[in-house]
Amino acid sequence: MMVPGQRDQPIPSFGDRATEVRNAVLADAVAGVAPRWVATPHSTKEVASVLKAANEQGLAVVARGTARRLSWGQPPNRVDIVLDTTSLSGVIEHVAGDLVVAVGAGTRLDELQSVLARAGQRLALDGEHGDSTIGGLIANAVSGPSRLLYGTLRDLLIGVTFVRGDGVIAKAGGKVVKNVAGYDIGKLLHGSWGTLAVITEAILRLHPVPPAQRWVTIQVDDPSRTGELVQRVLHSQLVPTAIELDRTPSGSSLLTVMLEGIEAGVRTRADSVSILLGNGAVSSESQPDMWGKPPAAAGDYLLRLTTEVAALPLLLDAVTEASGATGLPMHIRGSVGVGSMLASLPSDASSDKIGAFLDTLRRKSNRWGGTVVVLDAPLPVVRSIDTWGPVQALDLMRSVKVGFDPARVLSPGRFVGGI
Amino acid sequence: MAEIDILAQQLRSALGDGAVISDWQRRRTYECDGLAQYKVTPALVVVAENAEQIAETVRACDQASVPFVARGSGTGLSGGALPHADGVLIVTSKLRRIHEIDWVNLRAVVEPGVINLDVTKAATPYGYYYAPDPSSQQVCSLGGNVAENSGGAHCLKYGFTTNHITGIELITPRGEKVQLGGKAPDVPGYDLLGVVVGSEGTLGIATEITLRLTRSPETVRTLLAGFSSTDDAGAAVSAIIGAGVIPAAIEMMDALAIEAAEAAVHCGYPAGAQAVLVVELDGPAIEVAHAVDEVQRHCREHGSEEIRIAKDDGERALIWRGRKSAFAAVGRISPDYIVQDGVIPRTALPEVLQRIRDLAQAHGVRVANVFHAGDGNLHPLVLFDDAIEGQAERAEQLSGEIVTLCIEFGGSITGEHGVGADKVKYMQLMFTDDDLDTMQLVRCAFDPDGLSNPGKVFPTPRMCGEAPRRHRVALDSQKTDLTGRP
Repeated sequence: MMVPGQRDQPIPSFGDRATEVRNAVLADAVAGVAPRWVATPHSTKEVASVLKAANEQGLAVVARGTARRLSWGQPPNRVDIVLDTTSLSGVIEHVAGDLVVAVGAGTRLDELQSVLARAGQRLALDGEHGDSTIGGLIANAVSGPSRLLYGTLRDLLIGVTFVRGDGVIAKAGGKVVKNVAGYDIGKLLHGSWGTLAVITEAILRLHPVPPAQRWVTIQVDDPSRTGELVQRVLHSQLVPTAIELDRTPSGSSLLTVMLEGIEAGVRTRADSVSILLGNGAVSSESQPDMWGKPPAAAGDYLLRLTTEVAALPLLLDAVTEASGATGLPMHIRGSVGVGSMLASLPSDASSDKIGAFLDTLRRKSNRWGGTVVVLDAPLPVVRSIDTWGPVQALDLMRSVKVGFDPARVLSPGRFVGGI
Repeated sequence: MAEIDILAQQLRSALGDGAVISDWQRRRTYECDGLAQYKVTPALVVVAENAEQIAETVRACDQASVPFVARGSGTGLSGGALPHADGVLIVTSKLRRIHEIDWVNLRAVVEPGVINLDVTKAATPYGYYYAPDPSSQQVCSLGGNVAENSGGAHCLKYGFTTNHITGIELITPRGEKVQLGGKAPDVPGYDLLGVVVGSEGTLGIATEITLRLTRSPETVRTLLAGFSSTDDAGAAVSAIIGAGVIPAAIEMMDALAIEAAEAAVHCGYPAGAQAVLVVELDGPAIEVAHAVDEVQRHCREHGSEEIRIAKDDGERALIWRGRKSAFAAVGRISPDYIVQDGVIPRTALPEVLQRIRDLAQAHGVRVANVFHAGDGNLHPLVLFDDAIEGQAERAEQLSGEIVTLCIEFGGSITGEHGVGADKVKYMQLMFTDDDLDTMQLVRCAFDPDGLSNPGKVFPTPRMCGEAPRRHRVALDSQKTDLTGRP
């Protein structure tokens, strides 16, 4: 790892004196790349000042919330400034009657949820993301089990304020859910991994907290049986909030269906789901331990596997095959009801074996119509593997990047195609 | 030979004579979309048979630097498919194949000319439907829906077109065919699909659309509640939402709209009601039964004296007929009218309706209100008689003031009809120059020469920096051709 430098030099100010700037320390490294400074702006304007200064001085900037996913992707080509967004925090406006909240991008999800809970509302993003910031969750397109019913932040983000890579402040969308004025730039920023703009404020659509929840779980190890049960629930009229699979490297699998609604309704629907799933289904008022948690331990490879929902067994079989061929055990956990799962491989896997594993899956992935993406991988192996696989319309993406961030200030090299 | 004639000749030899229309009278039949006050006769019309012909036409336009506009069924209400006087109008309505009802994957794959309702008809036998349901769903095309990010009565619960499109094959304005998204979610890279949907034809033409099918609910209950004022009805809406009930739809009509609907379709709405709510609840039977009770309770608590629950599909259809026919029905009570489309935060409903009443009175113009109350999406119908001097101008002015009102209350200039040609002038009320410039950076990435549907969405075109460019056509050559002669 490089050693953070420039300690003896005076700390610069980036346009706006109110922005705190300090020298970076070892813990500020981004995927092994050491920044020189950490800047903590308190407003959208201050973010713009930092980015303008970075453009003028040819500095690279990586935005950081609570750093939950800062290691994701390829290491940046260079980092001079870590832009800490955590001071862009707090609920700006919560209009309970409109089921809408405006929030600073540096606000933690658990803080937001606790404010909303007082009004009996929530952001319909579940899973273990409480200590993540809203901006980070949007930038990394993080989702939870309930995306089956509520969609992802892509669907819940209705307005966004941001600073483009070139330092220009802009917004898109607005405070009302129904709105078709102008391009939906929020969707473009969702999942852009901080390479187009720094999100500073988000306006989000909310949902009421349901009176009751229930989880129905069944052990089902055979991939085709798993696929069949997912299909049964998916094509029922029981309106599950989530259908999740937790499949250990040995193939032992738990399939869990989540239901929400009024107490009596949830009970009845859970009984119906139990009947659909068959013998061995267990209905509970508490969520399974693994619910919404990533399958990977710290340092493991973390992948995202997607599939057309009905082709799930083909994907699972291919994973078993790839594991057999490489000796790498894979743990899969995620939203089989929508066809997007996270998966882990052990941290000590060599780059050759990882490469072979990815090749095996990607060569066949057209059979299930999905993609295989490495989200997080240990250093330095990550540099030698193709983390993204094939990407559609890359030229258009490059052109968009050039427009938003012509000097390649934001997280250079982290995203698809070296963006 | 004029440039357009060369292009016509070239397209004829590539696509066949039948696909290319040069004749002025025939071109003139495409002079407007659903917003008939804007008329422009296109220089050339191509009625494409397939995706390849669309790609071919776009490539030819790109080569010749001639603008082009895509048109589906031509039902849009913002002039989004208004032709360009010097450009080619590319009609997609012959691309009507439903390639696949892939219900096991909850997807359908269709061509852009496919009619919205036809997807639902094709999916219904399997127990599925396509959720976005604009009022024009019997005639509007999916390609147009994708361009406009169309809504409908049921978006309160189910979202808009953008939430139901998972992939498209796009002919970019440079004539390249790209696939964005597909049947599986979470495609790596920027979510270009999310920007293309709702970009009103300015980023290219969709030639194949992969959409999400929704499982038909176990139960649907539709109820109609009469109120003695729109304020009471509005308060009931707030109470319903506040109680944590999310109906599939909550629609409101005021007295004038009710009068028009009664005259047109005899829907039997409660006599003497000053406002009605149409509330639809769907889902598992037990949940719906509870929600119906809640809705009834809140309606009664807010003064509704008559609540009817549809007993069967026939009664349900009748309730909806009143609502869905409302736009056309006002023709019964007024010779001319403007359909406005604005959005306000739902909580501002009573105040905004009062302000609209005040404005209407000040202008001496009548306004019938029909709207998606659940989402705060207003559709004021501004009534006038063009035969009476000055009325059209007053109606136009009032309609514009309603848009300004929506902005004042933190809403939007359009909830579902789009910006098109009609609302370009309001974009700067809602967005800064930098906001609009940012959107146009995406435009520049797709369409550096600004050939795809120029003059729509953005009040001022942006020059696209370093992008390679041949001789440019003027972007402001959008002429309103009202003279009747080519």
